[in-house]
Amino acid sequence: MPIHEKSLIRPENLKTHEELVIDGVDVSGHWSTFIESRVVSDYNEAMEDEIAALPGGENIHRCWQCGSCTNSCTVNAINPDFNPRYWIYLIRMGMEDELLRDKDIIWQCVSCNKCTYACPRDVFPEGVMKATAHWLERKGHTPKSPSMHFDEVFTEQVIKTGKIEESRTIRRFFSRTKQGLMQPWMIEMVKRLLRNLPVGLLTRMGLATFVAPKTRGWSSAAAAMQEYIDEQHEKQEQALSS
Amino acid sequence: MTTKDKYKKVAYYPGCALEGTGHSYNRSTKAVGKALGLDLVEVKNWNCCGAMEVKNIDPKLQTYLSSRVMSVAVNEMDMDVVMAPCNGCYHNLKKAEYDLKHDPESVEVVAKLSKKAGHKSYESGQVETIHALDWIKDSIGEEGLAERVKNSLSGIKVANYYGCMYTRPRHIFPEKDAGPGSESTSKPHFMDDLLAAAGAENVEFPLKTACCGGAHTLSDSDTSTKLVLNILKAAKLAGADVIATECPTCHSGLEMHQIRAEKVLGETVDIKILYFTQLLGMALGLKPRKVGVHENVSDPMKFLKQKGLA
Repeated sequence: MPIHEKSLIRPENLKTHEELVIDGVDVSGHWSTFIESRVVSDYNEAMEDEIAALPGGENIHRCWQCGSCTNSCTVNAINPDFNPRYWIYLIRMGMEDELLRDKDIIWQCVSCNKCTYACPRDVFPEGVMKATAHWLERKGHTPKSPSMHFDEVFTEQVIKTGKIEESRTIRRFFSRTKQGLMQPWMIEMVKRLLRNLPVGLLTRMGLATFVAPKTRGWSSAAAAMQEYIDEQHEKQEQALSS
Repeated sequence: MTTKDKYKKVAYYPGCALEGTGHSYNRSTKAVGKALGLDLVEVKNWNCCGAMEVKNIDPKLQTYLSSRVMSVAVNEMDMDVVMAPCNGCYHNLKKAEYDLKHDPESVEVVAKLSKKAGHKSYESGQVETIHALDWIKDSIGEEGLAERVKNSLSGIKVANYYGCMYTRPRHIFPEKDAGPGSESTSKPHFMDDLLAAAGAENVEFPLKTACCGGAHTLSDSDTSTKLVLNILKAAKLAGADVIATECPTCHSGLEMHQIRAEKVLGETVDIKILYFTQLLGMALGLKPRKVGVHENVSDPMKFLKQKGLA
């Protein structure tokens, strides 16, 4: 049996025999790899509904497993374990333990939307990846991913001031994820930027570090958005605890 | 190709990145507009569109943020075309337009938040959002551009890099893939067309719409570095001297991970990275500083001198 998605079969489920004869037929060599049969009895029946209740996950039920998402996936091309089609299958089947084996990479979706472009069923797999990553965090299966920290730092700043000032976002993100800001490549980047003395740009960015750019009259918009987020969060909590 | 007079004066939405790391895109867009006699009126007191992050907290919040920008343009400035050079802003305004046309729940949330925030709610159809590429292509056109070229880009081999947000997902860009002359979501060509009109030689570049990992440029840098390295190497293999960009996230991602690949993986790819507006500006006779070349991280001055542009 050719195994197209061999990475899906966990090493402990593979049985390899150098020499094996069954019913008088030699099935060694290429044919010697078998998947041991197993019984799955522990389903999480709520998982699909819970993920569907989080933003982006709404259309997961539409999936018919064609695999266009995985075929077109940017991250799959550099890491074959990153497999949206398979994860959607596991979620819909309720196979939580299997999904949890990949819990630490699901957040790595880069939102390029190639899957959304290719999907014939409007599942919006990109959204499903985000919803799944959120579900894993909110159920306590994974710590907050670096991406989630970045999204939070970013959104907090937009709600507060209406605009993003990049150096603030970057500094807060590095501090929240406990990384040093002075990475060798970062230092090299700054050095190269300074080489041409972009005085105007430096003055501008320097000033923005002290006085954050703001949208005027933003406070009522900020309050309305925060209230909306809190309401949504409350609704999602209910869906997750049902 | 008929030119559209209505694009000769548009509301200009630079967005947050163009006020920071993407300032050279801002500078070159304005300089090109001025050189071509096109009028840009900046959207008053604009706010962030939500970029690629706010939607992960809540997609409808992003719809609201983008809708407010369009609401200001139509209600406070009486403008019906918004031009956004940043792929992220352009994408989000288009997405908001789509959602407000098709999803009653989005309409409801935007109406509620707009009312509480104290401004008129944006309604779909009031504003047309265009990219800087549409703006130049439709108001000036290739022929008009060719007539105005003072400093041909001839001898410069360009890989045109469009990125993700300009073409995907396709349903939010109903005007694309609409027959001859329209933009393609699988093989976009507007940037190729404009730079060719300015004399550049476009190379066959298969990764035009590949992803640079911009959404995770800092939160998953190793992935981004790999993706950027693919793009840089493919462009180099295609014979390009320069990668032309049209998005501040792609542009700074390419520049940052070009350096990171050098420092972390020991892989150096010598290729210049310039905004398409910088190349067009120099073709129109502007000095490199006028189009902000000194504000880029990578330094193309020696190359530009060789090619007679500086």
